[in-house]
Amino acid sequence: MRVPLDWLREYAEVPVGTPGTQVAADLVRVGLEEEGLHGGDVKGPLVVGRVLEVTPEKQKNGKTINWCQVDVGDANGTGEPQGIVCGAHNFGAGDLVPVILPGGVLPGNFEISARKTYGHVSAGMICSSLELGLGDDHDGIIVLTDWLGAGADGLEPGQDAIPLLGLDRETVEVNVTPDRGYCFSLRGIAREYSHSTGAAYRDPALVRVVDGQERALTAPGATPDGFGIELRDESPIEGNDGCDRFVTRIVRGIDPQAPTPAWMATRLTEAGMRPISLAVDISNYVMLALGQPTHAYDLHKLDGPIVVRRARAGEKLTTLDDVERTLDPEDLLITDGGETVLGLAGVMGGASSEISDSTTDVLIEAAHFDPRTVARTSRRHKLTSEASKRFERGVDPELAPQAAQLIVELMTELGGGTADPAVTDAGQVSTPEPIAFDPTMPTRYVGVDYSTDRVREILETIGCTVVDGTATDGTDDQATGDAAASDGILTVTPPSWRPDLTGGPDLVEEVARIDGYDKIPSVLPSAPGGRGLTHAQRVRRTVAAALAGQGLDEVLTYPFVSDARFDDLGLAAEDPRRHALRVANPLSDEAPLMRTELLQTLPDTLRRNLGRGAKDVALFELDSVTLPDLARKAPVPGVGVKPDDAVLEEIRAAVPHQPWHVAMIATGHAERPGWWGQGRAADVTDMVGWAHAVCDALGVSVERRQTERAPFHPGRCVELTLSDGTTVGWAGELHPKAVKALGVPERTVAAELDLDVLIAASDRRAQGAPLSNHPPAGSDIALTVPSSVRFADVAESVRAGAGELLESVHLFDVYRGDQIGEDQQSLAFHLVFRAPDRTLKTEEVNAARDAAVARAAKDHGAVQR
Amino acid sequence: MSGPNTNYDPVEVSALDPAAVEQNVTDALTAIVAATSLDELKAARIAHAGEKSPLALANREIGALPPSAKAEAGKRVGQARGRVNQALASRQAELEAERDERILVEEAMDLTMRPDRRPFGHRHPLTLTAERMADVMVGMGWEVAEGPGVEAEWLNFDALNFDKDHPARQMQDTFFVDPADAGVVLRTHTSPVQARSLLERGAPLYVAVPGKTYRTDELDATHTPVFHQMEGLAIDEGLTMAHLKGTLDRLASALFGEGLTTRLRPSFFPFTEPSAEMDFQCFVCRGEDQNCRTCGGTGWIEWGGCGMVNHNVLRACGIDPERYQGFAFGMGVERSLMFRNHLADMREIIEGDLRFNAQFGMEI
Ligand SMILES: [Zn+2]
Repeated sequence: MRVPLDWLREYAEVPVGTPGTQVAADLVRVGLEEEGLHGGDVKGPLVVGRVLEVTPEKQKNGKTINWCQVDVGDANGTGEPQGIVCGAHNFGAGDLVPVILPGGVLPGNFEISARKTYGHVSAGMICSSLELGLGDDHDGIIVLTDWLGAGADGLEPGQDAIPLLGLDRETVEVNVTPDRGYCFSLRGIAREYSHSTGAAYRDPALVRVVDGQERALTAPGATPDGFGIELRDESPIEGNDGCDRFVTRIVRGIDPQAPTPAWMATRLTEAGMRPISLAVDISNYVMLALGQPTHAYDLHKLDGPIVVRRARAGEKLTTLDDVERTLDPEDLLITDGGETVLGLAGVMGGASSEISDSTTDVLIEAAHFDPRTVARTSRRHKLTSEASKRFERGVDPELAPQAAQLIVELMTELGGGTADPAVTDAGQVSTPEPIAFDPTMPTRYVGVDYSTDRVREILETIGCTVVDGTATDGTDDQATGDAAASDGILTVTPPSWRPDLTGGPDLVEEVARIDGYDKIPSVLPSAPGGRGLTHAQRVRRTVAAALAGQGLDEVLTYPFVSDARFDDLGLAAEDPRRHALRVANPLSDEAPLMRTELLQTLPDTLRRNLGRGAKDVALFELDSVTLPDLARKAPVPGVGVKPDDAVLEEIRAAVPHQPWHVAMIATGHAERPGWWGQGRAADVTDMVGWAHAVCDALGVSVERRQTERAPFHPGRCVELTLSDGTTVGWAGELHPKAVKALGVPERTVAAELDLDVLIAASDRRAQGAPLSNHPPAGSDIALTVPSSVRFADVAESVRAGAGELLESVHLFDVYRGDQIGEDQQSLAFHLVFRAPDRTLKTEEVNAARDAAVARAAKDHGAVQR
Repeated sequence: MSGPNTNYDPVEVSALDPAAVEQNVTDALTAIVAATSLDELKAARIAHAGEKSPLALANREIGALPPSAKAEAGKRVGQARGRVNQALASRQAELEAERDERILVEEAMDLTMRPDRRPFGHRHPLTLTAERMADVMVGMGWEVAEGPGVEAEWLNFDALNFDKDHPARQMQDTFFVDPADAGVVLRTHTSPVQARSLLERGAPLYVAVPGKTYRTDELDATHTPVFHQMEGLAIDEGLTMAHLKGTLDRLASALFGEGLTTRLRPSFFPFTEPSAEMDFQCFVCRGEDQNCRTCGGTGWIEWGGCGMVNHNVLRACGIDPERYQGFAFGMGVERSLMFRNHLADMREIIEGDLRFNAQFGMEI
């Protein structure tokens, strides 16, 4: 909402000379958010120029610039045309445009001087709305006849354009929170300004200032001969009629050529709306002033009566934005005679009954629509308008007749029309519900001592009616005997423009904000004392620290993936990892799914790093993945009530399983070469080692099982399991096809572990055991086994055969070649033995070693070399 | 070793002559001092203290002396050999020290270039920031709660008093799970964990909730569709907005600098009433520089939203609003990181560029 200060001053006594920054700060103090300040920062000469000549010149860079001769009158001191280079193309010879001359200053302290550019001396600039701080349109410069409409009549080159464009005037832009619909008007903003500063306030819905004189704005009551209106809502939403007030007035004999007066055009422009025609401008003006959207119909295009009803299935309407819309039975319509659809109530009108440049007699509609109805229609048709924005946030239901009256007065004064005495005011608006309010509540909620008097004063200031006691009548009081219980309780009836005030806490906020949030003290609460981080939280930190310590970098990636990525990774058609949660409205149609493994997105970050010149890249990510179960829908039972346990269970059960994973990917060196010596490429053993580092960091021992699984190389992938066989994850080298499809370097290695499994497995208190003080005894064995036998299986036999004295087994060499048979391998193990209670004798060690060899021979046909 | 002479031969006795012994010592010491290497010293040792050395030979003569002369001669020769051995040992030590010194010089390496043999890893500054924020809350006696990123629509909205038709619900730019009526969304804030915690744990409750959240914003310098929030929820008897402010002040000063405070501005959120926007004091200028680039000269930096928990939220979670009341707040972790560690572009947080992480240690 843009608030021209000049306009604000009409409704609130803003002290003379108050800068926009101060007004903005005053408004922020009571709950409006500052969005920006406009105006007051352009310094002239900024003048009206008439474009005399436009010579397009093609440049080497492919751009075409225009070399323009512009008549700026005497503003340049010579009266000669001004030569200016301009890059925009939305204007031509004859157009009136704003020209800033050398010496002028644009917003952002941008000083203009004559400068040489594109082979000319450009003496000034033809300005766009963006450059002047009047809008966001950078491409087009302002053509004054379009911008000012009728306000551009009679402009002369050289005339000062600063007041013309309102650039001498300041406008404060504020953001209105969704509960404060009434602040989408100068009426509401002025009221808030008054609350913040104590400045006198004049309600424009009640009083007009004409020629410096205050004049009551008095709307006549309904007459029996008013235009026919039928409110026929046969399916109200949640019990609320779609339309509970519909006021019409008729003005005849308006001069369709009558111009919008400059003061009104300026205000509209400053408030961010373009002047269009008198009738439209008056409607917009009244909406901005009071907050009541209205609509004007060409009276002669209506047969009447106007019927407000819900749409029928299949009904269509072409709205003013030239879109044909298929209507929904929930849409509320304004119709002519019940059949011809005139518009979507409170959202947008249709083209058929629109006023045109020949309209002389108009029917003015000022109605009050149900916020929910308007919100749903606006959302359904993705159609937001100035009207819908206000209605869905709640418009003061008492405004309609006043707004209609103001329109009638302005139309007759400015357009020369005459108002019909006939007035319609159909419907019945509900009055605000009184709130039983304990005046100690603000103190109890805010922590500032507010006296009952102060509470009362504030509530009355914002327009509430406050009376002592509960609002029940005497009979009820006696009947219930509740009189004592209501001691000190106030009955607070909110004003009609505050439908958001429905309970005690709402009133607490009013008290706190009007008294000032800055008065709230700072008190640290004493929490009862927590238990620190949970095991799962500690595990995630430990794992991340361990991997960073191993030389990997933590990254975050977006979880969005495509089916194509599953193909890249080589997932089989029936692979359950293809069963991913789909986002209904993804940012990109190319990535509508939620990843089921982190490795689905991690390669992109690897590639990005390589693309930026990195060579040795080892990354990890910790995050949850989404594993949707069978499609279940979650009930959405609404606000303010705890659903019963069965419904809550259904809600929870529909949320997909989202286990935490950790994934790694690496390419390049594990050890770099350099002045210290040789390097070594990161290979699959590094990756398996890192996977182990994760488990070791948590004290979880895991086993390895050679396996085949996408996206890994079928011969270079290992599954890690807990001792009970539970899968922890996989580590390996990427399949050459995956490498190619993902665009990552050959031999890239990766791993994906289920962190939740590790969290569960490590959630126990580790037990220490005494360390042996006796010396170890080593012994080496070399076992020849068929090449198909896995290292781990041989080691397992060795371990089983060697018995309890064995402390560790280390495979220190593998030999395949001429000295042993084809398809054979020789595995050289170093065994370390140690006893807890004695120094081992050579015979004991030898016996254990021989037993190990014997067991390997039995299990795998191993032969000791 | 040869045995003592049994026959006294006066001709030979000149070797025990004091002058001769002294001469031998002088010769020995001269040779020892002259040795400039351990090898030369070894030769000197053989020549002057070895078995064939004059002093060794003289020593052998002692046995042949008459008993009356033995003691004196023995003492003389013994002292002489002692002096020589001492000189040898001392020179030996000197030369060994010289050798050791030389080896150290020869073995010297140039270590002025960092030996970046193994790539060095890093944590991501965003997760570190979230952990730091959580730790401050834990320090105040709060616990850290978590919830799923893909969340039930009821928990993300209705439980938090976002009515289906309220404009605030539309303003959240929600990602919906297909089909759009599945009742499941990508959570737009960490606040559903408020509802989950209250439903599961009841009151009193003090929880901080860091986590990943989603909105349909395109990635640019200040927006990202996937971002992180840090939420706080305290429900107890007698909690007020003053306690909210006290908690925020503590968090702000712990993150941005001792003595920094926060400011509350009236605002609106469906799940709180009263509601406030919160700003933290600019840690660069503390409000004393009109041209401060960090805060734009206002002295304050927008941080997030907060307020007293709406009665409808308490009711939806089965908490009696007549007995319990409390406050909630939420702020962006990215924003906190960007201000705290001087980052200009949101995109760097998500791109995963190694150079980005490398600017920070494991403790930021
Ligand atoms: Zn500052």
